[in-house]
Amino acid sequence: MAFKIIEGCVNCWACEPLCPSQAITAGTPHFVIDAKKCTECDGAFAEPQCASICPVEGVILDGLGVPVNPPGSLTGIPPERMAAAMAEIRAR
Amino acid sequence: MALTIVSQSGGAAGGCASSGCGSSTDRLAHLPEAIRAKVNNHPCFSEDAHHHYARMHVAVAPACNIQCHYCNRKYDCSNESRPGVVSEVLTPDQAVKKVMAVAATIPQMTVLGIAGPGDPLANPERTLETFRQLSAKAPDIKLCVSTNGLALPAVVDELCQHNIEHVTITINCVDPDVGAKIYPWIFWNNRRIKGRKAAEILIEQQQKGLEMLVARGVLVKVNSVLIPGVNDEHLKEVSRVVKAKGAFLHNVMPLIAEAEHGTFYGIMGQRGPTTDELQRLQDACAGDMAMMRHCRQCRADAVGMLGEDRGHEFTLDRIEHLEIDYAAAMARRAEVHAAIEANRAAQRRQSGEAFVSLASLTRRLPAKPESRPVLMAVASTGGGVVNQHFGHAREFLIYEATAQDVRFIGARKVDLYCTGDETCGEAETSLQKTIRTLAGCEVVLCARIGYEPWGQLEAAGILPNGEHALEPIEEAVTAVYREMQESGRLDQSAPAQQRLSA
Repeated sequence: MAFKIIEGCVNCWACEPLCPSQAITAGTPHFVIDAKKCTECDGAFAEPQCASICPVEGVILDGLGVPVNPPGSLTGIPPERMAAAMAEIRAR
Repeated sequence: MALTIVSQSGGAAGGCASSGCGSSTDRLAHLPEAIRAKVNNHPCFSEDAHHHYARMHVAVAPACNIQCHYCNRKYDCSNESRPGVVSEVLTPDQAVKKVMAVAATIPQMTVLGIAGPGDPLANPERTLETFRQLSAKAPDIKLCVSTNGLALPAVVDELCQHNIEHVTITINCVDPDVGAKIYPWIFWNNRRIKGRKAAEILIEQQQKGLEMLVARGVLVKVNSVLIPGVNDEHLKEVSRVVKAKGAFLHNVMPLIAEAEHGTFYGIMGQRGPTTDELQRLQDACAGDMAMMRHCRQCRADAVGMLGEDRGHEFTLDRIEHLEIDYAAAMARRAEVHAAIEANRAAQRRQSGEAFVSLASLTRRLPAKPESRPVLMAVASTGGGVVNQHFGHAREFLIYEATAQDVRFIGARKVDLYCTGDETCGEAETSLQKTIRTLAGCEVVLCARIGYEPWGQLEAAGILPNGEHALEPIEEAVTAVYREMQESGRLDQSAPAQQRLSA
């Protein structure tokens, strides 16, 4: 099983030096995880390192395709509150 | 790669308030000579220096190890001018090239800071490599760094090796219960830690880092973001604590929070402080230590005088093929710096005389207890003089004059920051916006001013004054205050004006 970085990654480099398997590289349009190298940090760390420092919600998926950091989990902004604020801004 | 990030954790800044610390000639006089020499040409550590010298930031540090509620790492707006926002992240080699290009083009640039867009010390290799190269190739540039402090104790010794004489730590609290409302998580010892525990670790590392720097003789400025209802009262305690530990300067900055920025505070409706609240808090902290009031909360890739950004002149594609003869540039820079120092010395002599004459004036006119303070706005492009056309000013320097002295209160930007596209918000003309920015001021000093703005300013209770063009600012403010005193305007209370919110 391997983690995956998807669209939304801001290319901040935070994850890259932490990966114990050197599975992460800079790419265009965003960083990528080499699925062949990724071990999900099994045996190396208690928590997957990339997903533990990533500042953006929803951009790292686990082996099942589920976001490790779902909406609201990092910012503390309730998703419905975020949706309402975005709708209000669009309506201006 | 385009990375633009919103945060206030960076931000260069620093400086003693104006002549309120004494006369303008000795505002830093209480400091040992060695320290005065260190801050003399640092625009962020000395208020007077910021009229004369420029700074730049290079955005080599994209990664961060904490989350702050006033920061959104996803944010992207090229018109933004706030800490943490950048147009392009540079490698250390690119950054060094850019610094040398700027140093050759803008000789009054004396300081290179690394302030983000993430946390410089969460990117130690990139940050230290940049410093390593610059201390060898451009020895006439001061190096400084701004950090949230989490990784500071671990790198203090390496920083000192690279001759870093100025460090800024953003400290918003010394109480973990307050911190839990500002920092949702930190990354520490290979784990994401949330809540009060996260704040506790962060505070511990910040305080330890501060103590270690002071013990090694590094000048430390503390930045704090004023968040009404969260840490406003608490910042007085922060000021006491950091001063006791030897911080040189405290810079309390207003929270910037708009829903458009997508930050926790912006979305949740947390407001920023009014200019009044900010000033009151700065004054309350001032009893404990020197306060910086000229911070412009600049971008992590800002270039130029504080309040201006010439970054667009030095984009990668423009500097890539430049060949810089740094030895020649350094000789020219030394000449320019000598001319600036001669000019400053002349201004200090002049302002000193102005203060003597004001003092004799107040002796002649029996000091009236009701001789009230007056706020004046000044349009200046730098050099410490009144020299800008009213219509060209994108920011105004605010001074408070009293019968005793003139002190610098802060800078107010006309376009504080981008709040979305140009069609949003109320249909406010730029003149109306400027007048709103000047709320609370009774006079605006500028080099020249047009007929229409003159009328509208007067109607708003603000007196335009173009009679002191090219005069040193504090001397001009003193002269206008004296005129107001003599004409009896100070016997009347200040004209009623709307309070301005930040």
